[in-house]
Amino acid sequence: MTNNRARPDTAPERAAARAVYRPLTDIYETDAHVVLMAELPGVDPDGVDVTLEERTLTIRGRLPALPREGFRQVYAEYGEGDFERVFTLSDGVDREGLSARFKHGVLTLEIPKSAQAKRTRIPVSTA
Amino acid sequence: MPLAPSFLFSRDPFADMRRLQRDMGRLFAAQSRGEASFPAVNLWTSDDAVAVTLEIPGVAPDALDISVREDVLTIAGERSAPDAPAAAWSRRERAFGAFSRRVRLPFRVDGDTVDARFRDGALEIVLRRPDADKPRKIAIQSA
Repeated sequence: MTNNRARPDTAPERAAARAVYRPLTDIYETDAHVVLMAELPGVDPDGVDVTLEERTLTIRGRLPALPREGFRQVYAEYGEGDFERVFTLSDGVDREGLSARFKHGVLTLEIPKSAQAKRTRIPVSTA
Repeated sequence: MPLAPSFLFSRDPFADMRRLQRDMGRLFAAQSRGEASFPAVNLWTSDDAVAVTLEIPGVAPDALDISVREDVLTIAGERSAPDAPAAAWSRRERAFGAFSRRVRLPFRVDGDTVDARFRDGALEIVLRRPDADKPRKIAIQSA
């Protein structure tokens, strides 16, 4: 099993000194929904923020400060920071019906397909 | 905003060394992306303990198996894929299946005093050095 840990995003830098990472994401369709699963490891449920504005879906996760007094990092395979990723939804979804849950560091969004779009494939592209 | 290199102003030259070491570690990790093992590991040390942190989102805590022997920590588990037909996927970036990761620690640890905490997909394991192995300060007697 390999690890596809997200690279730091190439988006313009934010004012915060902290690195921002792109959460690894799976998207698949069921008959009635588009399901999006994004990895936000270490983020607590209060730090997860999902916004939907027009067709733009934004996922953010703020990593809580980690108390590691007396410890110093000697080896790193991943960076610690916040998460952010933006998706553009097609017109074929019912935006009002979006539901979200967060468990074990994975955010799952279920977006119902609109009545006329059911049984057709909804392309979801990365912004 | 252009920033002057922080080492110009640092008072602790060893802090720069550590930072460099850490950045190099990150660089090598980034280079070996693709073949990198899952889950990714970070390592922290203090004088008498080592902390290992891993990102394992989507795995239930009871599906994780953590064991330690001498100076080798093993983390094993399995992450199951969502039940969806292959054609239904439009983006697939997460990996699924069984995993096992062995981490060699900088020193032998006491297997009885291991703390493991799993929260929101992040695993943190703190292992302590046995008292007998800790460096001891030697008093010098004057003649």
